[in-house]
Amino acid sequence: MTFLTEPLNALILLANFVLMPALSYGSQLALGALGVTLIFGILRFANFAHGEIMAFGTMVTILVTWGLQSFGVSLGPLPTALLAMPVGIVATALFCVVTDRVVYRYYRDRKSPPVVLVIASVGVMFIMNGIVRFIIGPDDQRFADGERFIVKARDFKELTGMSEGLTIKVSQGLTICVAVMLVIALFWFLQKTRTGKAMRAFSDNEDLALLSGINPDRVVLVTWIIAASLATIAGTLYGLDKSFKPFTYFQLLLPIFAAAIVGGIGQPIGAIVGGYVVAFSEVMLTYAYKKFLVYLLPESWQPETLVQLLSTDYKFAVSFLILVVVLLIRPTGIFRGKVL
Amino acid sequence: MNHRVRAGLSFAVMAVLLAFVGFSQSWSVALAILNLCLISSIMALGVNIQWGYAGLFNVGIMGFAALGGAAAVIVSKAPVTEAWRAGGGYLLVALLVSIGTLAAVVFLHRRLPRGPATALAITMTIVAGYFAARFFYEPGVSAIEAVNPAKTGYLGGLGLPIILSWAVGGVFAAGAAWIVGRVALGLRSDYFAIATLGISEIIIALMKHEDWLTRGVKNVTGLPRPVPYEVDLQSSEWFISMIESLNGGALSTLSGDARADALHKLVIDGSSIFVKLCYAGLFLAVLALILGLSMRALHSPWGRMMRAIRDNEIAASAMGKNVTARHRQVFIIGSAVVGIAGAMLTTLDGQFTPGTYHPLRFTFLIWVMVIVGGSGNNLGSVLGAFVIWFFWIEAEPLGLWLIDTGTAWMDEDSALRNHLLESAQHMRLLTMGVILLLVMRFSPGGILPETVRHTKSDAKPPD
Repeated sequence: MTFLTEPLNALILLANFVLMPALSYGSQLALGALGVTLIFGILRFANFAHGEIMAFGTMVTILVTWGLQSFGVSLGPLPTALLAMPVGIVATALFCVVTDRVVYRYYRDRKSPPVVLVIASVGVMFIMNGIVRFIIGPDDQRFADGERFIVKARDFKELTGMSEGLTIKVSQGLTICVAVMLVIALFWFLQKTRTGKAMRAFSDNEDLALLSGINPDRVVLVTWIIAASLATIAGTLYGLDKSFKPFTYFQLLLPIFAAAIVGGIGQPIGAIVGGYVVAFSEVMLTYAYKKFLVYLLPESWQPETLVQLLSTDYKFAVSFLILVVVLLIRPTGIFRGKVL
Repeated sequence: MNHRVRAGLSFAVMAVLLAFVGFSQSWSVALAILNLCLISSIMALGVNIQWGYAGLFNVGIMGFAALGGAAAVIVSKAPVTEAWRAGGGYLLVALLVSIGTLAAVVFLHRRLPRGPATALAITMTIVAGYFAARFFYEPGVSAIEAVNPAKTGYLGGLGLPIILSWAVGGVFAAGAAWIVGRVALGLRSDYFAIATLGISEIIIALMKHEDWLTRGVKNVTGLPRPVPYEVDLQSSEWFISMIESLNGGALSTLSGDARADALHKLVIDGSSIFVKLCYAGLFLAVLALILGLSMRALHSPWGRMMRAIRDNEIAASAMGKNVTARHRQVFIIGSAVVGIAGAMLTTLDGQFTPGTYHPLRFTFLIWVMVIVGGSGNNLGSVLGAFVIWFFWIEAEPLGLWLIDTGTAWMDEDSALRNHLLESAQHMRLLTMGVILLLVMRFSPGGILPETVRHTKSDAKPPD
């Protein structure tokens, strides 16, 4: 049966080291990119503070998680952070709404060019960066608890008799489930509810939307709340999956922007597709295929090197390359977003 | 207030602040701040050329500064001949293969008709070229990195005077800017910003991980200096006698061993100050040169054209100006200036440490300098660099002092108090953000707003 087990083992290997990580990372990017794309569609600027919004929400969630843990509250197999997340969302949404009132609204009312809003978002980024580092410090924080795995490598091997094991982490399963639910909810909201329709109309044509009696303040408010919620959830899931470090969240900005642009900026569906495109490219280009090929190729053909297309050190280069390719070939993105 | 008076007053206030640090902390600290202020001014000038003249929002400053730093290493370090012999050939071949691939891609793109077949051919060429280059690159790199990895493990440099690297750093940065400009210019500003953010992260990643080039995170230390070393000064006759004559009054009251001890201490302090003054002189010369050229450029027909493009691209384009080409030009010039400053910074540090390049410090802080100083005004950028760098350095002791006195009523070992004291350094990020937002909102022109000279017929009354 080796002619069948070998390719199967190879597939399991890929599922374990490429499919699962890329799916969960892609979901996290998609949630982040949705926030960026909504802000861009409604408020018409690229929000450089988005990574910090994620970090801020995650920080609040972590602090509440620690508080709950110290009271002995837990969710059993699920991470306690899920219980703490609503508090994080509320705090982040409040923060975003306040920054909008204090900072962005002034420029919006004056119809300043988008680049001024971008620079203002850099100022907000500095402030949030300072707050996050001031409160929780610049170091790595781990806050995952509960079960670690849904499927363990050893159990999988025993169950199937394969030599390769498949592990599915709770954080990965959770990320994918939450992302799917959130995306469904968001699309239902945008397509079916009055406020959602108002948001889409506003994004499409601001003047026309204003003429038909849409309240711009309300649209902006809802947009910030949604973006902040998505950012907090994405940040918390990312932190559960890997770990929380403020600087890493800042660096997520690039893949998130890349995801939003690849999909077509201003297009929610594009942000989701873009998130997965970026995540899969990143993981697939930086994965070492040696073991995979060992399973598939006859002994004499087996590779000696790692067969890694790109060192993991250059994962940011992948986002950038995708950006450049999209810019050169289809500047509007896959789903014909706004032409920047 | 006349803008000349305003500029003069602002710089005078800055000088007083630096002198205050000199008297209250030490002159060595004040000069260290001054030197970094001078370098920051040059970086800010580079950004102002892009933003103030042409309205380009470049957030890749960190990358261009790091390229300058790499130039300092490549120019000044002695070549490692053993490494060149071991793997230099491989790398050269890899380089040739990459260039060949690039040329082939450009050729295919220009000559073949557009369509899926061409796209396929180009993709195949890129893939083949990539693997061919890797085939030569990998053995070369491992051979080079195996050569005495604790001390070298890289190709070394050219062994030339480090001061040359300032120009080379500018050339490196200009080259990178040319590439980015080819791709990302001509689109909306947000897009350009994201592309430059990306390229700067990639440049830092390259510096961190390509050990054969600049030793990566193992750092290159002990770069040669363009100015004398303290130890040499302390043992040279002319320097000791100069310090002696400068401090004649104070020394005359002492005699014998006490006098020798006091003189020795003065010589040690003096040597460190002398070295910093030498650097300050060099930096000041470069700053004056670049500032002079920028001023001339701004007031030339070219500068008027740039401002016209900045203020209304469509109108300028209708007047027959090639907007994208001018943007590319100004982007390259500005980046080159940043690259020069980057090389100067590495020269001052005496080491190249890719791990310390952080976008908040090297990109966004420079932006705060330009906006606070006054975008479009060269003197404003210089002033902004001075003010912001001064507060960036002094905010920490200031914040520490504030928190220390503010929490003095708490227990000595209270957890909150200790946490606040430990986190005081992060207050400066917050302060910078607040300063940036306040200036943007209430004084959008900055401390020294842009001054536009109008002809008599349409002269506006001064605000």
